[in-house]
Amino acid sequence: MPRTLFQKVWDEHIVSTPTGQPPLLYVDLHLVHEVTSPQAFDGLRVANRKVREPLRTIATVDHNIPTEPRGTPILDPIAKRQIEALQANCREFGIRLFDMDSAEQGIVHVIGPELGFTQPGMTIVCGDSHTSTHGAFGALAFGIGTSEVEHVLATQCLPQRKPKTMLIHVSGKLGEGVSAKDLALGIIGKIGTDGATGHVIEYAGEAVRSLSVEGRMTLCNMSIEAGARAGMVAPDETTFAYVKGRRFAPQGIDWETAVARWRKLPCDPGAKYDTVVEIDASELAPFVTWGTNPGMVVSIAGRVPELPANGSDRTAAQRMLEYMGLEAGVPVEQIRVDRVFIGSCTNSRLEDLRAAARVAKGYKVASGVRAMVVPGSQSVKHAAEQEGLHNIFQQAGFEWRESGCSMCLGMNPDILRPAERCASTSNRNFEGRQGRGGRTHLVSPMMAAAAAITGHFTDIRNWRFQ
Amino acid sequence: MEPFRKHTGKVAPLYRANIDTDQIIPKQFLKRIERTGFGEFLFHDWGRSAEGTPDPSFVLNQSRYSGVSILVAGKNFGCGSSREHAVWALADFGFRAVIAPSFADIFANNCMKNGVLTVPLKEHEAAEIARKASEISDYQLSVDLESCTVEDSQGLAASFHIDEFTRHCLLEGLDEIGLTLQHEADITVYESTHPVPSTWKA
Repeated sequence: MPRTLFQKVWDEHIVSTPTGQPPLLYVDLHLVHEVTSPQAFDGLRVANRKVREPLRTIATVDHNIPTEPRGTPILDPIAKRQIEALQANCREFGIRLFDMDSAEQGIVHVIGPELGFTQPGMTIVCGDSHTSTHGAFGALAFGIGTSEVEHVLATQCLPQRKPKTMLIHVSGKLGEGVSAKDLALGIIGKIGTDGATGHVIEYAGEAVRSLSVEGRMTLCNMSIEAGARAGMVAPDETTFAYVKGRRFAPQGIDWETAVARWRKLPCDPGAKYDTVVEIDASELAPFVTWGTNPGMVVSIAGRVPELPANGSDRTAAQRMLEYMGLEAGVPVEQIRVDRVFIGSCTNSRLEDLRAAARVAKGYKVASGVRAMVVPGSQSVKHAAEQEGLHNIFQQAGFEWRESGCSMCLGMNPDILRPAERCASTSNRNFEGRQGRGGRTHLVSPMMAAAAAITGHFTDIRNWRFQ
Repeated sequence: MEPFRKHTGKVAPLYRANIDTDQIIPKQFLKRIERTGFGEFLFHDWGRSAEGTPDPSFVLNQSRYSGVSILVAGKNFGCGSSREHAVWALADFGFRAVIAPSFADIFANNCMKNGVLTVPLKEHEAAEIARKASEISDYQLSVDLESCTVEDSQGLAASFHIDEFTRHCLLEGLDEIGLTLQHEADITVYESTHPVPSTWKA
């Protein structure tokens, strides 16, 4: 029976199939951060349970840490207590922590791959919905709640009902100025924010194959915004080249064995999916979201859509326009921005920063716009500085910050003020996501940089690079 | 976990699609390290002005909805972030069940772990309940997990589907970790052939 990539990874991790219960799935890698873990560790203590395999869990602080220079005191006492709780829990249970002062600290979904923990064919979970990012390597990676974090700590397993499978086949090539982010937004715009609920997506086709691993991470990252449990891309030579030589990747003879195993992961010819979606890459454009969910996308060359005719959709769209301070029919290029955020687990890797810097080079941030670049990790920051990207950004007037989740969700001091409008490379434009009353438009790193320079959304396909 | 068998209670309508977990519990309240005390922040930014004063037009601030224990919402309820704090806030506020045409996966999982029942009904049934909850004062529903049915005293009778294992866990209030640990021998066997990668040690 031909099997999909998902099916192969699933089969390999079944520990037990008890009658009347969902199968028990083994978890290879568990990622932990400060926000969704303290109650899980407390649960272990209350039940007098240990962490079953501390070597399979790694932790970092990312969600609520400040992005001012390291060493700046954390003024929010509750945030400080949460970070201290993670430090204490990692000490107590023997878990490896990439702490505030670590040269390898960063957003959990950035450091897992760059340290070589994330590998093809693995099962990976984290108390964070953007765990789907790791699927870029052909891993089955999904977000879980805190009760499940506790479950994984205690048992290294999760009872899991088998999800359905969805193939998203992207034919053709992405045009100039159209990035992995635009592909992700285009897909969500097409299938909707619940279009993949209950499914694991496999992304395939020429346009996906031609993406770098970093681009694939951006694509898989946003799978959850279409409601999917996970998104996956079959591993290939691009994947192996990325993983090879990383600190926690297989070494020596183990490397050869691992690659031989990974080569068997791609979907077999003739394997069936529950749902198939076809996308033509040549129809995609640089996108901008106009509403308050990631499915509300429009081409940079387009206009804010007219209100739908019928009842409940019309009310919802009206509410969105009101919240966003927009009017139907306005050309997207005429929308002015107050803030620009380049960062988040979606778009804060070296390739993203290079793309944004290429746009910013030789220009100045428009007057009245505050623009911020937040590298995904200390390693990304260091690598970018080696290339001089920080100089390009700083000379253009962007702030160059320390790594963390930052303004993607605004748990730390980086937030929008009410009615401020932001071009953001993050993943969610929900009401208040970046700060109460803040207005978020999701875009690619290139589009965010261009908006910072001109002060309004600008079609990157017409950009004069310097 | 508190078992869920049958619950009768007052219904609050919040019939919008795609209500995300950022609305249910905004990020500024995720820093607590306890599971308790989130109820007062439920739907905080919808229910309160920027200065923190309650907005009387928001449904949960209206006295006619005091003591509600069932929420009826639009499709794709609980989308977005995996934060279990959203469920802790609903439960702490007093909600035992949420009715909607559909739910986001992680949110529905999180509910189940906390004894909160997600009840998927057909769109027109959920809409009817939302309408009655807006029009009829003290409108009540009974949600029965034994029979997987929802009823009111005005003739509404709807049924819903729930995965059998989830139903069993909720009915009995089972500790899932305890259930998994009954298979510890299987886990040990699996681990003997799937060792921790050597580069992850030390």
